[in-house]
Amino acid sequence: MDFGFNADQEMLRATARKFLENECSSEFVRARMAEDRGFTPEFWTKLAEQGWLGLVYPEQYGGAGLGFVDLTVLMEEMGRAVMPGPFFSTLLGGLVILEVGSDDQKKEWLTKIAEGQARVTLALTEPNARWDAAGVTATAKASGGGFTLSGTKLFVPDAHVADALVVVARTRETKNPEDGVSLFLVPANARGLAVKLLPTMDQTRKLCEVKLGDVALPSTALLGTVDGGWAPLARVINRACVALSAEMCGGAQKVLDMTTEYAKIRIAFGKPIGAYQGVKHKAADMLVDVENAKSLTYYAAWAVDENVAEAALAASMAKAYTSDAYRKVAGAGIQLHGGIGFTWEHDLHLYFKRAKSSEATFGDATYHRERVAQLINL
Amino acid sequence: MDFTLTDEQEALRRRVRSWLSANIPEDWKKFGLSEVPRPEAYEFLRKWQKTLHDAGFIGLTWPKEYGGQGLSFVEEMVVHEEMALQKAPPVLNILGVGMAGPTIIAYGTEEQKKRYPAKILSCEEIWCQGYSEPNSGSDLASLQTRAVKDGDHWVINGQKVWTSLAHIADWMMLLARTDPDAPKHKGITYFLLDMKTPGVTVKPLKQITGDAEFNEVFFDNVRVHERQILGGVNNGWAVGLTTLMYERLALGFGLQVRLRITLEAMIDMARRMDKHGRAVTKDPVMRQKLAALWIDTEALKYTGARAVTKLLRGELPGPEASAGKMSWVETHQRLQELAMELQGPYAMLARGAEHALDSGVWQYSFLRSRANSIEGGTTEIQKNIIGERVLGLPKG
Repeated sequence: MDFGFNADQEMLRATARKFLENECSSEFVRARMAEDRGFTPEFWTKLAEQGWLGLVYPEQYGGAGLGFVDLTVLMEEMGRAVMPGPFFSTLLGGLVILEVGSDDQKKEWLTKIAEGQARVTLALTEPNARWDAAGVTATAKASGGGFTLSGTKLFVPDAHVADALVVVARTRETKNPEDGVSLFLVPANARGLAVKLLPTMDQTRKLCEVKLGDVALPSTALLGTVDGGWAPLARVINRACVALSAEMCGGAQKVLDMTTEYAKIRIAFGKPIGAYQGVKHKAADMLVDVENAKSLTYYAAWAVDENVAEAALAASMAKAYTSDAYRKVAGAGIQLHGGIGFTWEHDLHLYFKRAKSSEATFGDATYHRERVAQLINL
Repeated sequence: MDFTLTDEQEALRRRVRSWLSANIPEDWKKFGLSEVPRPEAYEFLRKWQKTLHDAGFIGLTWPKEYGGQGLSFVEEMVVHEEMALQKAPPVLNILGVGMAGPTIIAYGTEEQKKRYPAKILSCEEIWCQGYSEPNSGSDLASLQTRAVKDGDHWVINGQKVWTSLAHIADWMMLLARTDPDAPKHKGITYFLLDMKTPGVTVKPLKQITGDAEFNEVFFDNVRVHERQILGGVNNGWAVGLTTLMYERLALGFGLQVRLRITLEAMIDMARRMDKHGRAVTKDPVMRQKLAALWIDTEALKYTGARAVTKLLRGELPGPEASAGKMSWVETHQRLQELAMELQGPYAMLARGAEHALDSGVWQYSFLRSRANSIEGGTTEIQKNIIGERVLGLPKG
């Protein structure tokens, strides 16, 4: 038994931290927040050069062939830097293609993703705001040897800068909503596809409305099998929860670090505020939240890598705990900083907002606790 | 990252499992399967620990020459897990096994190391911990029990309190002040005290559960030979802290698995209980609470695994080790509160009462759990330790 990172992973962490300190400063993040695009082509190229855009894809598709434990390290560092841009959304699209794509689809798209030549997002949720299969009401009808997609997708990350979208649509009405769901790879320039960028509270995460106005697709746009999309998508969502949890752990750790440093230097009543138990004990609570969140996240990363039977349970446990933990830690960070923590100038609000948007992405703690309840047969 | 065990460790697991299923005595059930050694079970537990020891399933990480097995923390963890999974009786001499033994092995003279540890494992000699005093609990270094040198002896006067098992203990880990003029952390010495020494008086204290697990201990001109000092005169604070570190480690392994078993027992009860015309487990609010406990219990397991990994790699325990005890306390107390909540009015019946669910074992464990955030360092002290030693915040 060895529940820790190996030397290569520690090196990846050190490299990522240094890279992001140099390339993804607070000024960089704020500039991306203020613009619609949310990333720069130069930055994207550098991510590709580091090999991070294809980290978890097999080498035959241009990837680095690493696993989710490695990705966890990278995501933690990206969360620490509140890195903006379509990294996570492109991971979602890429993971679906990896999971169900044909060899040709994988060769084409994963290679392009890894090289930084393509960004692919996932269009799953709709105005009904559900994360389960029953929320998929957009339709794909067979027509002329291909498919016609109609409906509205909402909260689609980075659709405005994607080259293609993996669209989740219903191909058949069935009693079990998990049957009859199919996946399609839709080029961003497809006729009838209308993308509208929506202002987001967390400006580091861009979200869009995507209208599918009778988008006609050839049969080659299908990813995987007709009606058989939900099961592989569910596996991708588990992985997405793990990656997102890791990113949240990194952000929470950074908030704890910032708060601890501040508590050592901020003087009140003649002493550093960290000397007072009202502050010290809150900081200790933050540490406990962060450490437990990491433990569950690391285990979930190992579980999805090894594809163990309880991988889905592990992913939900991590997302449930981490969703609450990051929100609480970021809130406590603001509280312990006092007024300065409430300003736009201080970086804490970037973390606080990222905590909230991440909490709501792929289901919050309540959603995942119910999933845990189901998975342990309550 | 790897959760798999070696073939030898898996073999050990199977061996422990089959041994336990063949050797846990039938009459253990009549003691209510309590995880805390309860007074009426002391004699039973003494025999049980002897049996465990004869089978080689206790003291796994201790060196062979002092009665242990010379194995790693993974083997220790495997054995604890199996014991918890099979609801094996607890180890009676837990303070000796968890604290006195490892501390003696770390600081003792060769003579001391030959004399004490083996008898701790076999339960021939039970140990208690003489740390807390009426006026020194969380501020342990302010302790006032005095030891004054008289020839090759030290004469001890003072009082200890909350001393678990003192009424059946043969030996005590005693912290006493040997230099009242030194700064408070520097004038303390760690003695190995024979409880049968003239001048030692033990008075049991009845606690919230109605049991008397702990005691007051009085010292009236108790004479202790200087060879009973562990780790040198005025070095007792460092020695004592080592004991506390071992306490957290030793208790940690079994605690998580036992917590999981308690949780499953509670879920089992929840399935039998009705809320608004359906099983408690089908109530959406209760499902949230039960799932949260499940998640927190699992978190404890993996946080523990991270701490063990650090030890196996020869590194010092990090922040995850400190987080462990606090999380366990909070989770366990919340579990016990939920176990009472879901019983509705049945919660009001006493242990052993007619109609009481599960013979009222939850009423006992609910009350007993209040001690968790006090014993072995209060939650407030744990938070100070995390704040100061892990996060590096200034002392108050």
